[in-house]
Amino acid sequence: MTLTEVAAQAKPQSKRARGSALGPALAVPGIIWLLLFFLAPLYVVLAIVFGRTDPIFRTAVPVWNPLQWNPSQFNYVLSRIVGDNGIFGPALLRTAIYVLLAGLLCLLLAFPVAYYTARLSGRWKGLLLAALIAPFWISYMMRMLAWVNLLQDDGLVNRLFSLGGVFDVRTHWLTGQPVVVVLGLVYGYVAYMILPLYAGLDRLPQSTLEAARDLGASRFASFWRVTLPMCRPTIVAAVLLTCLPMLGDYFTSDMLSASPKTAMVGNLINDSVQSPGQTGQAGALVMLVLLVAVVPMFYYVRVTTRGDVAS
Amino acid sequence: MRGPVAWWNDPWRPPRFLVAVTFGYLAWSLIPVLIAVLFSFNDGRSRTVWQGFSTRWYFGDPVKSVWHDAALHTALLQTLKLGVITTLITVPLGVMFAIGIDRWRGRLPAGANLLMLVSFVLPEVLLAVALLFVVTSLPLPIKLGTSAQVLGLVTFQIAYPAVLVRARLATIGTQYEEAAQDLGASPIAALRRVTLPMLLPAIFASTVLVFADVIDDFVLVRYLSGNSSTEPVSVKIYNTARAAPTPALNALATLLLFAALLAITVGYLVYRRMTRGDNAAAGGIAAFAGEA
Repeated sequence: MTLTEVAAQAKPQSKRARGSALGPALAVPGIIWLLLFFLAPLYVVLAIVFGRTDPIFRTAVPVWNPLQWNPSQFNYVLSRIVGDNGIFGPALLRTAIYVLLAGLLCLLLAFPVAYYTARLSGRWKGLLLAALIAPFWISYMMRMLAWVNLLQDDGLVNRLFSLGGVFDVRTHWLTGQPVVVVLGLVYGYVAYMILPLYAGLDRLPQSTLEAARDLGASRFASFWRVTLPMCRPTIVAAVLLTCLPMLGDYFTSDMLSASPKTAMVGNLINDSVQSPGQTGQAGALVMLVLLVAVVPMFYYVRVTTRGDVAS
Repeated sequence: MRGPVAWWNDPWRPPRFLVAVTFGYLAWSLIPVLIAVLFSFNDGRSRTVWQGFSTRWYFGDPVKSVWHDAALHTALLQTLKLGVITTLITVPLGVMFAIGIDRWRGRLPAGANLLMLVSFVLPEVLLAVALLFVVTSLPLPIKLGTSAQVLGLVTFQIAYPAVLVRARLATIGTQYEEAAQDLGASPIAALRRVTLPMLLPAIFASTVLVFADVIDDFVLVRYLSGNSSTEPVSVKIYNTARAAPTPALNALATLLLFAALLAITVGYLVYRRMTRGDNAAAGGIAAFAGEA
């Protein structure tokens, strides 16, 4: 069960009023915090995107009244996605392709690993889980740094491919190779998929699967018609949990390629945040990502807050 | 010698393919990091050619080692500082939020719960840019640097303790607290002397998880750091990884790795002690990681 599924199951079990003023009193600080530092900042982004730019200092001037909002900055970004001056289009398309590809590869890798760990590993389970959890507390940057070292021109990967000097391999892995960026994304995020899948597969009732085989289903049929349908919500949740953070990723591409040839939408945001006068543009790109992410985000919350998903 | 058909139909044959994928994945996921750790002990400047064992990049080198290079050890201290401060704020806030939401019915708490769950899956860069705009374009007393970083990190992490504590509340049920109140305890006394002790394992687990997650954070802390003196380790790695660094960078990353490993190991051992003989919480490592 993933974190949110568990939370969703926390339902009242008593009709008795339990210290009715106590609940609000305890919850209010957290609610105020979330309103002030989570919801309000998103409104500030809107006010800046639809605000003005100071003509002299090139700083963003937020406009708070929605009636005075000026959509020119948002239109500027939208008009540059497709067409003759579509400078943002390729990066957006690339983001979609990279994220889909990396998500698919993650699933192909994570499902067998999670399945083996949850159902077949026996007494090695604890140790295996500990190793699978390791990427959670090893810093993402450290793991990328490890690959930067390995993929140098004279690094271990090239030496491995040259088979001890038999071939002369001089691939420049770190200069805008889409393969490296996609594999880097998989390397970085696959652990976030394995754990929810593990939790889901661990809860599958063994007896149902045995019944499927006993009733004559083949190996594939029982997998396809029993195992997969039973853990479909888990798979959806795991894929979303992995792919949503990838949408805002810019550091993987920066670390492993540092080339505009593999720039994703995160790189566009990062570049414009750091250049003066483009604050509104960065905000517009943020809103764009938010618009794309909002449907899967609420779908994830809904899938995980439906109590019957888990059981 | 069996034929391939008999082999295929044998329900008890060892799952060789799954074993290969699993251990292949583990090797792929852990060996690069181990190599990076190994090269932090390299005697030369190279991060690709082994030149003998030394600890010069930790404290031997008088200029560029982690111990002597101010830029590197301030980063490490900043990371640990952020970890401690954020954890101290996030955990009480999240625990109170979870208990409060759990015993407050209505639209408002349901909406707050939704908000908390959304903050859990929102791409981090969106929150980071939004908070950067808030801090830089509003006349607030908060400046870029440690205070802004803590603010952002608490917002991003609050879902961890909230979700873990709500899960634990669901397994505890209400009967213990009701019994306490039937025996004459006030609601606050029942909460403090019955529920809170039972929640301790979940609170403790979320403390360790928040700390481990904060010291790995990159996106928020980078945007909200004012200048290089408030840049933590992850940002330092990002800034220098592609610009001909020395193995001192590997050493810095390794020190952070050991800090996280220490926190997780100690945390797990204490957690196991706390939940000994408690079936509801004894989910092993998986429960500890919040995947009960």
